[in-house]
Amino acid sequence: MTTAGNNVKLDVFEGPLDLLLYLIKKNDLNIHDIPLSQITNDFLQYLGLLKDLNLNIAGEFLVMAATLMQIKARTLLPAPSREDEETVDPRADLVHRLLEYQRFKEASRHLESRLHATKDIHFRGSPTFGETDYTMDASLFDLLDAFRDVLKNLRPRVREIESEDVPIEVKIKDVLAFLSGRPYATFREILERETTRRGLIITFLAILELIRLKEIAARQSEAFAEIRVYRRDALPENLETDGAAPEPEPAPAAPLPEGE
Amino acid sequence: MDLLERRKVLELLLWLTDKPLKTTELTAVLGADAPTELELREELNGLARELDERGAPYHLMEIAQGFQFASRPAFSQWVRRLYKEKTALRLTPSALETLSIVAYKQPLTRGEIEEIRGVDVSGVLETLLERKLVKIVGRKEALGRPLLYGTTLDFMKQFGLRSLDELPRLEELVPPEEPPVAGAEPAAEAPAPVDGAEAPSVETAAAPAPEAPHA
Repeated sequence: MTTAGNNVKLDVFEGPLDLLLYLIKKNDLNIHDIPLSQITNDFLQYLGLLKDLNLNIAGEFLVMAATLMQIKARTLLPAPSREDEETVDPRADLVHRLLEYQRFKEASRHLESRLHATKDIHFRGSPTFGETDYTMDASLFDLLDAFRDVLKNLRPRVREIESEDVPIEVKIKDVLAFLSGRPYATFREILERETTRRGLIITFLAILELIRLKEIAARQSEAFAEIRVYRRDALPENLETDGAAPEPEPAPAAPLPEGE
Repeated sequence: MDLLERRKVLELLLWLTDKPLKTTELTAVLGADAPTELELREELNGLARELDERGAPYHLMEIAQGFQFASRPAFSQWVRRLYKEKTALRLTPSALETLSIVAYKQPLTRGEIEEIRGVDVSGVLETLLERKLVKIVGRKEALGRPLLYGTTLDFMKQFGLRSLDELPRLEELVPPEEPPVAGAEPAAEAPAPVDGAEAPSVETAAAPAPEAPHA
């Protein structure tokens, strides 16, 4: 699978804990009672997918995979009949880490809302910032998920001729051409034009590369929702202000409470 | 120095400064003419009231443990035009996550951040340092004497914080659908403000920016 053009270096900036939380939420699992074999399977499937795509898998993902398998093995073993060691759930450590991480995720959401509330306040000497760096609003996992669906539904054509290797550069131009003349296309639309597994993979990598280059942005209205791919210049700039307007800000207009 | 004069001096200092001024700093400048802390706060309240009454496009804000004039949100589009839209700070989710870990656990090392996030954070940390939201605050007395990171004044300003105690307590931060962990303290008692003695004062940073222009 390793062709030169295929080796996109995309930082998997979301870590293994993120992936686990994503899987827990997606499957409506109880974080305090994680079904280990299910989660381990899901996790490994994702890793496999990342590997297929030749994406840089951060070492942390492999460590987590090993940890999961180790915990799973321990749950399968008969509980040690030692008395001094109250049977500790082998998952306890992991659950603790997940909960802690989740709290910080929540904290970052809180910070984000603060940032939003103060965005219109300026001070003397306030710093200015360069180009608004937009973030991949649809997470990598969301993209992978959608990609996997398309891959699954690919009609099993027997024509797997390896000879015709389309370089990623061509696919990049292809995706951009597809987007020209329209503000966005759904992620699915773009992928479903491909008829071979190989073409799909390269198109997917092209999309990731374009996101990295900030030529396009992938957005979705909510978690697990349909993903749209926007041309950079067609991106609704104030997505957060005109779309899902956040809580109407209460107007404690009088900044100065009457003193005493 | 009479009262009127003192008010003018205060106004000038606040007009000039590009970082929040603490009451202790103001007191130091005024020297022998300095009023008591309580009087000074009263004075600042008076100044803020004056601005409000004449409908000034800026107000006196208490931020990052000090005071500074800030533009009113209703006028932000004009500021944006002057600075060509480059005033909004946008952070990626991973930057925000890293920043919140630093904010809550500071001072801490890169390794300690990575332990919580489960990923390498050197790149993100670099960005946060560049943006002056995080700074190096020292070295840990441990093997290798790793650098310790903490948040900056700019962080407080950008996020509208008077002090770090304004952040919700970590134990209270549970996703809505998740029942609170058994054993965690009930969210009822809010953290007491540090300087509990403070009289109600000038516009608190906590109040979200009011949308409506002030009449």
